[in-house]
Amino acid sequence: MLTKDQIAQRIAKEVKNGQYINLGIGIPTLVANYIPANLEVVLQSENGLLGIGPFPTEDQIDPDLINAGKQTVTMAKGSALFNSAESFGMIRGGHVHLTILGAMEVSENGDIANWKIPGKMVKGMGGAMDLVASADNIIVAMQHCSRSGESKLLSECSLPITGIRCVKKIVTDLAVLEIAKEGGFILLERAPGISVEEIKSKTAGKLIIDGEIPEMVFE
Amino acid sequence: MIDKTVKNAFEAVADIPSNCMLMMGGFGLTGIPENCISAILEKDISGLTIVSNNAGVDDFGIGLLLKKRMVKKMISSYVGENAEFERQLLSGELEVDLIPQGTLAERVRAGGAGIPAFFTPAGVGTEVAEGKESREFDGKMYLLESWLKADFSIVKAWKGDTAGNLIFKGTARNFNPLMAAAGKICIAEVEELVEAGELNPNEIHTPGIYVQRIFQGSNYEKRIEQRTVSK
Repeated sequence: MLTKDQIAQRIAKEVKNGQYINLGIGIPTLVANYIPANLEVVLQSENGLLGIGPFPTEDQIDPDLINAGKQTVTMAKGSALFNSAESFGMIRGGHVHLTILGAMEVSENGDIANWKIPGKMVKGMGGAMDLVASADNIIVAMQHCSRSGESKLLSECSLPITGIRCVKKIVTDLAVLEIAKEGGFILLERAPGISVEEIKSKTAGKLIIDGEIPEMVFE
Repeated sequence: MIDKTVKNAFEAVADIPSNCMLMMGGFGLTGIPENCISAILEKDISGLTIVSNNAGVDDFGIGLLLKKRMVKKMISSYVGENAEFERQLLSGELEVDLIPQGTLAERVRAGGAGIPAFFTPAGVGTEVAEGKESREFDGKMYLLESWLKADFSIVKAWKGDTAGNLIFKGTARNFNPLMAAAGKICIAEVEELVEAGELNPNEIHTPGIYVQRIFQGSNYEKRIEQRTVSK
């Protein structure tokens, strides 16, 4: 099983040179630590910053400079600041190439649920609905199963959904999967030491297995 | 040049009545109008509807207004950081309208720009779409969302001049310029107030036409929610 950092590390391999990327809160934020140094990418923060830099040192902390998770950040070289309408304009307008976010459930047709659990305090969707409705390429980072052991890869989401038919790829602690155009989770890679059988038993939605499934490679 | 200056926060908010609609700039605790919130707290008003991306924390920002039961309804995108908020919501004392963040921003922008409604893909197929008109454009579905306007909008800028021109700093800009335009009366508090003509017109984010009152604030706490440092 992959650690959260390994999930982030595997997702970082999906990043391409020249991309503008929005990273969600949690595991997606960790992806920034694993983007190869030879790639030039720009991280977008939907509260109004293109070019998120590393976290500040104590001396650099500026309360007027935070990311969408409300953490203090710095600005990378060449960054730009803008208002919230402009920020979501660039998201809805398709200018952000890649969105990486967490999820509570993903369905086999690419629906995602990650904002609300009935009966629990509803905190709100923030920018998640705008992001998933707009990005061309959405990768989900999550655990394969919930804490109680239930599969989070379903034929249909049981929780209130955040967006429909939008997820392209999922990286879990067990596997890398792609959403098939006609529906279903195509198994692309296994986590080291995890069998196809185990992934099959922990995937409630339709799993598509085509030939030998390679293990993930970590450099 | 029309002089927009008022003496202080108390004068700026003096005529805000009960049961009105207020917009407040800020994302989290960044770029919130701290001085005006403190001044409103001294007033004897209630039944406010507040449009703000977040609802502050228990002892800072809009959380203070909630604690004093001055708020009837919040229109926000994310409200998670506030125990008193949760209590009032669960007991039915507080109404909440949760709106996707980009839709909230665009509704406020539309309100200030005279656009009554627009189509957006955010929320299609979700409970946000319930009761809303949807339409297909180029093979994709979109929801009709309407503008948001307010009786008063309260914003916080880094620098401003007596003509009401504003410059923001860092990510403290967020919703502030949008809300400035969407309030019938916009109150701007600034860290540094200068005479008209002293700011570079090329660097103005919010032109003074949107701002009716401006004052230099003081004692900014600028509380940080998630102090995160690199080792």
